[in-house]
Parts: sequence; structure tokens; C-alpha cells
Amino acid sequence: MTKAMDKKIDTKSLELTKKDFESDQMVKWCPGCGDHAILRSLENVFPELGIPKEDFVVVSGIGCSSRFPYYMNTYGIHGIHGRAAALATGIKLTNPKLSVWMISGDGDSMAIGGNHFIHIARRNPDINYLMFNNKIYGLTKGQYSPTTPFGTKTKTSPQGTFERPFNPGELVIGAQGKFFARVPDTNLKLMSKIFKEAAEFRGASIVEILANCIIFQNKIHSLITSKETKEDNQIVLEAGQPMLFGPEKDKGLKLEGTRLKVVKVGKDGVKEDDILVHDPTTEDPGIHMMLASMAPPEFPAAIGVIRAVRTETLEENVWNSVEHEKKHSKIKSVDDLLNSGNTWEIE
Amino acid sequence: MISKKNKVVELEHAVIRFAGDSGDGMQLTGSLFSDSTAFAGNDFATFPDYPAEIRAPQGTVAGVSGFQIHFGRTDIHTSGDLADVLIAMNPASLKANMRWITKEAVIIVDTDAFIEKNIIKAGYEDNPLTDQSLVGHLVVKAPLTTLTREAVKELNLDNKTSQKSKNMFALGLVFYMFNRDYTKTFSFFETKFKSNPLIVEANKKVLEAGFNFGDTLEAFANTYKVEPAPLETGRYRNVTGNLATAWGFLAASEKSKRDIFLGSYPITPASEILQELSKHKELTAISFQAEDEIAGIVSTIGGAFAGALAITTTSGPGLSLKSEAIGLAVITELPMVIVDVQRGGPSTGLPTKSEQSDLYQALFGRNGEAPVIIIAASSAADCFYSAYEASKLAIEHMTPVILLTDGSIANGSEVFKIPKMEDMSSITAPLVEANDPTFQPYARDEETLARRWALPGTEGLRHRIGGLEKENITGNVSMDPLNHQLMTELREEKVQRVANYIPELEVIGEDEADLLVVSWGGTYGVLLTAIEKLIAEGKSVSLAHFKHIMPLPKNTKDVFSRYKKIVVCEINMGQFVNYLRMMFPEFKYLQYNKVQGLPFMVTEIVEKVNELLND
Repeated sequence: MTKAMDKKIDTKSLELTKKDFESDQMVKWCPGCGDHAILRSLENVFPELGIPKEDFVVVSGIGCSSRFPYYMNTYGIHGIHGRAAALATGIKLTNPKLSVWMISGDGDSMAIGGNHFIHIARRNPDINYLMFNNKIYGLTKGQYSPTTPFGTKTKTSPQGTFERPFNPGELVIGAQGKFFARVPDTNLKLMSKIFKEAAEFRGASIVEILANCIIFQNKIHSLITSKETKEDNQIVLEAGQPMLFGPEKDKGLKLEGTRLKVVKVGKDGVKEDDILVHDPTTEDPGIHMMLASMAPPEFPAAIGVIRAVRTETLEENVWNSVEHEKKHSKIKSVDDLLNSGNTWEIE
Repeated sequence: MISKKNKVVELEHAVIRFAGDSGDGMQLTGSLFSDSTAFAGNDFATFPDYPAEIRAPQGTVAGVSGFQIHFGRTDIHTSGDLADVLIAMNPASLKANMRWITKEAVIIVDTDAFIEKNIIKAGYEDNPLTDQSLVGHLVVKAPLTTLTREAVKELNLDNKTSQKSKNMFALGLVFYMFNRDYTKTFSFFETKFKSNPLIVEANKKVLEAGFNFGDTLEAFANTYKVEPAPLETGRYRNVTGNLATAWGFLAASEKSKRDIFLGSYPITPASEILQELSKHKELTAISFQAEDEIAGIVSTIGGAFAGALAITTTSGPGLSLKSEAIGLAVITELPMVIVDVQRGGPSTGLPTKSEQSDLYQALFGRNGEAPVIIIAASSAADCFYSAYEASKLAIEHMTPVILLTDGSIANGSEVFKIPKMEDMSSITAPLVEANDPTFQPYARDEETLARRWALPGTEGLRHRIGGLEKENITGNVSMDPLNHQLMTELREEKVQRVANYIPELEVIGEDEADLLVVSWGGTYGVLLTAIEKLIAEGKSVSLAHFKHIMPLPKNTKDVFSRYKKIVVCEINMGQFVNYLRMMFPEFKYLQYNKVQGLPFMVTEIVEKVNELLND
């Protein structure tokens, strides 16, 4: 466990199970949608976090993913398009003891909510932000999103898109984000592990989930996720471990000059010691940015916790200030305030 | 020769206007005069008049900053129509303010500033001090800049520093004119410039020099005195509307035992509320400066869900941006107050000028059937009680409330009798106890129809809310047609029932008369002054001033039915009058409107009423 992950987890005192978090509402996502796996995964993770069930709040904006709060038996609020980050921030600032989980998609987060996305990353409230990136607008039935690959034909781009897409990880890091992880919806085990790490991390933990939209953007992540190609096209990063991948785990990432390079251990004199060792806790975002940017075919896509740098959270700063002022201010009540400063008596 | 012991003339009330370049310190000068007015026991009201730019080009009319104070021995409800005394620190200030002074007004000018360059910059062709254009006025010509420099000569200050205190020379002069004790202001200097004793000394010397100059100058035929006003006994202070709004929320927070969460984006003329509440962490006011107007209100909805006294503050363009989110607050039935400090519109419009611009927007500016409570504050001091009442209604009725104030009352100040918290009405949040087996998210109180407030973190009350239509009682998502009809009616009825919890409309004047003047919100002071004057003259006129807009007071129709004619006066094209036409079409309404970014003048109302009475 890194130093960033310093929230102690104690599951023994709270005997919760998946059942405690299942809602009685019918789940209305399409059969085969990646969102089902994410829901299952989160239902598995919540009981293991040592948090009382009434302290969870699930918050969302608009989109397929944003129906999430209705499907979990927690406190929940389904907001308006793009604005879940603001909702979550208001909740967390008001009651910092709550475990706030924010669910959003690529349209919700990268387009209409782009402004809020960069600011939640910058402010660093302790919120777990799960962004389902299926690279398409699903709920409005198939228009391109800000993460849709260049040239993709969709209902609103019949000739192919003319716009270059965002890479969410680059945005997070560029916006001073302290935690960024990426995980495909096909890897339940890793997803659960990353959700736990996100929960343990104090700060805005932004997790990009490579989600599959079976109807409008099927197999969009297949190069990274399919059995046949994933070994060569994804690298699962682990703190303290060399960045190795490939079916034989003999391919690795090496820093050459100022750039990353894919090398093969044992070839051209490359030794395992030459391979970069992953450290998500370094404050300097340089390597993290390069890792977040990697994409096939030149590079494998980075999976796992790419960046996790502990610093103070927004609500810690705010509430520390409240405690400080309460202690030191002469004003203890509104009566004190009303009678402070320049007043006069009429007799 | 005029004796140094001038005759002291007693006045009922007086209006003074301080005007200078944006950098001349006129707002400070005005507020120090206000403090001295308070010590003198007068009732008073003030209004700052400043440009939208921070430092518009020096010496131009665009860069003139003004401050007006109206004080008297009787109740003062407005900052005054026209000034009796104008202090003009340069030609541009004179030019910009000639239309705001009486025909006989005393004009004090800094003759040092009336050099050719400044005269041309102000847009004058000739020097107004010599071209007869000020005939009828008593013009006190004083080389303020030179005299200020002289006064601090022995302190060896640089030119720039010494000139900075010339506003205190002007203040000293006005203190003399109104027989004020200038030493009271010394303590202000001592606090304000604590770290710089030289500046304290300089300001004292300049203020005193200004006062003595008045005494030795042979220009004033009289000096003036305004006797103390017969105010109720008690403790008083001076408040602007924005300050009073912020403090009203702090009072509501203490009473309701709900911490404040304020999510706001800075916007003129509302920013001072955000600034003020940001100061009060000691009273657990959590303020959050959001990245935009939308994040401001949406974070506020989050705060409301989590159990705060949730507030967002804005002005017209910001309210437009918040429309969608207000709908979310309506359907989730969460309590919050949205403050709109109205300014001239549309679009960016007149950011620093006042207008009753947003009534339509507050009433109708949302998708779907989205009723909210609307309250409009009547005056600067009333902002305190309006913010308090808005919070109380929001929390007890579980609904968003829009509180309309405006630039005039937000920036204007008046004397405020300090209330005691124990005398403020109770605020009871409809919180649900942990593990309450009867809890249902959308079950309602029989009387108010308010749902209950179940806070995240409370055991046994987990539930989901959101922007999709809710099933009655359970709060589950529902697309059922009849349920939608029912929920729409319930939300409407809930707001209508608030009429049972607000005071009835009161009429100033006779219960029956030839004319009923109707007003709402921040125009109260002017309307009250005008109508009281007309009533004193024996005119058959009464005033009905509305503070509660949605819902309207229950006796509104009854009041309207007792008058031969009704005229609705407002600073817009007729938003309230049209709302009244919709609500009570059985009456005929006349209207009187002004949209100049300026408040009504008492004389305008008097004239209009006389015209209607004579028709």
C-alpha cells in the first residue's frame, strides 16, 4: 500500500454484504452493457470498505451511467447533465464524513461537464469519481462524444468526426489531479481492486472505466480488452513493480531521453533493471502524464492506478479553517456579530 | 463681511452628494460622514453611485464615483431625490452630477482640479466655474489640493501621499457646514491606518484643516443642523442590503441549527454577500466559490441534500444560468434560497445599475411546471428579515425560495435596529429521526405538504432522489401519467399553501380611497415617502407594498376591491402588473414604469399620483 492510501479499512466491525447495497429497482441498462459489471463490482466493494452503509452517497449527472444511484441501496442523488461534480462537492463540503461516489460518463464529464471536471480535479475533495468512458452518447442514441476516436462515423458524424478526442487522464493530470486510474469493464477483479484504492485515497480519485456500449460503440476498447490482443496492448501498472507487459511479460517501458519507449528485455542488451518501476506517488506529473497518454499501436494502454499523490483535500482545508476560526474569533454567536463593530445606542 | 459665528439653520433633512474620480476615495468619505450622522442621532440612508469599470479613465465623466446620503430628524426611507450639497472633486464630477442636485444646491469644488486639461476631459467647452452656468448655486471654491498639501507640510509626505487625503479636507469642510464633531472620525483613522502613524496624523491634520477652513472662509452664510430623529430606543448600526442579506442567513442558520452552505460565483452587484459569508467560518458558514453559476447552484443542491441551510447568490444573468438547476431543486423538493440581486438587463445590461428586471424570470423562467416561493426585500435593512424569512420558508416547506433584492438596496445603506436573536421566530427543520419506520421520501406533512428531510449519514433512511419524476410517497422513478399529474399538482399546491404562513398585505393610508398605489420590492422607501407626503396633503391615496410575490398574500384581492383605481409602479416595463392581471383579471390596472437604471424619485411618484387623481 502506498503512503497515499492511508485510510484504515476495518471490515470486521461492520458485517455488510453485497445484499446490503442492492436496490429493489429494475436495472434498465441494455443486456450486455458494460455498466452491469461495474454495478456488480461496486456492490462487492462497498461492504468491504468498513464504512457504515448510511454513509455512502452515490451522485450522478445524466446519461446511461448516471442511472446508477437508483440501482444501489445507498443515499443517492441523480442530478442534471454534467453537474454531478458540483453536487458531489456540495455534499462533501457540507458533511465530510460521507463517502461520496460520483458516477459519470464521457459526455457528462468531458463535454457538458468539462468545466466541472477540471475543477474537481484541481480542488481535490475526497470524492470517488467513476467515469464510464464508452466513447459515445448512448442515452441519446449514438452521437459522437469528446472521446470518440477521430474519424469515427456516428449519427452526427456521418462522414466521420472532424475533431480530435480528449484523453481523460491527460485532462486530470493537466488540471492538477492527484489520482487517476484506468480499468476496463471486462476485468472485474482489477476493477474491484482499483475501486478500493480509490476509496482509500484521500482526495479526488478519478477512475476512467473503459466501458463497452454494446449498441452504439460495440468493441470500442477491444484492442485493449479482448483475449487475443490485450496482452500486447495493455500494461497493468502496479506500484513498486517494473512496467512489464506482453504474453511473456518480457516487454517493458524504458525512458529514452525525455520519451518512453517499448523495449524487450534480453534484446539489444536491455536488462530488467533498465525497465521503469512504477511510482504513482511522485508529485512530478511527467511520467504519469506519459503513461496516461500511451495508446496502441505504438504503446500499450496503461491500466491501473497511474497517479496517487496525497495532499490535503478541499474539505480538510475548509473545515480546518472553521475549527481555527471557532477557536480564535471573538464572535461566538449571531448576537455577537450583530453588535460588533460600529454600533450606537439611542436612549 | 460674514461673521465667523454663522447663523445655524435647522433643517428637517438634507441630502449630500460626494463626487470625485474613482480613485478619490469618495465612498470612504461618504461612509465616514454616515458614521458621524449616526453619532448625531439622525435617521439616514445612503447610496453609492459608481462606474462599472474599476478605474475608468481619470478625469472623465465615465470615471466619476459618487456617494449620496440623506439624513433627517424624521424617518428616512430613501437616499434622497436631489442633493442639497454637492462636493465635486473635479470638473467631470460636477458635470456628471448637475442633474442630481437641487436648483439652490451648495456646490463645493476643488478649484485646483479645474484646469484646462480636466475641463476639456470632462467635456466642457468653458470653465463652468466662470461661465455663469452655476448661477443660482452657492459655489464654494476652495483649492483643496493646495490646502491639503499645506496642512501636512511639516510631515514631509510626498506629493502623492498628501494628495490622497484631500478627500478628508472636503469631509472636514462638510463637517463644519453641518456642525459635526470631527474628532469622532479620528478613532477611525487610528484603527484603519494602525500600522502607519504618519498617515493617521496626516488624515487628522487634513480633516481638521478642512473644518477650520470652513470656519475661517467667508463663503457660508449659514451652517446647518439636523436634530436627532425620534428613533425607538435600542442599539443601531448602519447596514447595506448585501450585508444585511448575509447576516439574515447567519441568523437563520443559528436559529435552525443548520450550518450554512453557500455555493456562489462572483457577480455584480451580488458578490458582497459571498464575500461577507466567506468571512464567517466562526459561525460555520461554509462558502464555496464555484467555477461558474451552474456549479454554484448545483453545489448548493448538494449542500441542501446533505442537510445545510443552502444558499446561492447571483444577479440576473446568473439566474438565467441557474434555471435548469432550480428545476432540479423543485423536483427533489430540497430547501434552499436563491438570492437574485437584480440589475439592469437584458444580457450584461447595466451591471452596476438597479432594475426590477427579473420578476418574470423568477416566476416563469424554468422548463416544466416549476413553482418556487418568491420574496422581494423592501429595503437595505429589510434584507436581513427577508433572508431570514426566505430561509425559514425554504426549510419548513422543503422548497427552493427565490429572494429578489436589487442593486439599489443591495449597495444602499440605512439605519438598522439590531434585533435580539431570542426575538426572532423559530425555524424548525422537518428532519427525520434515524430508523424511523414510517419514513417515505415523498410522504408529506398534511398541512404544509412539505416532504421530510432525511440526511445522508442517518441510519435507516437510505433513499434516492433526482431529476426524474418521482412516484408519490415512495419517491421511486415513475413515468406514470396520473402520477405526474398528481405530483405536479402537489408541488404547486405546496407553494400556494405558503400563503397560510405569510403576513397579510398591509395598506398604508385609508382602507378605501380614490387610488391605490401598488409597489413591490426595493422601491418601498421612495413609494412610502411619496405616499406619506400625499396623504399628509390630504390626498385620497393609499399604498400597498408587496414583499411576498409567490404566493401573494391571501387578502390581495380584498384589498384591491376597495379602491377606485389601482396603479402599479415598478422599475421595469410592467412585470408585476402583468402578473397581477393574470392573477386577478377582474381589476383594471394602471401602470407607471421607469427603466433607466435609476430608482424612482419621490417627486416623480407624487407627480404621477396627482395626475391620476386629477384625471
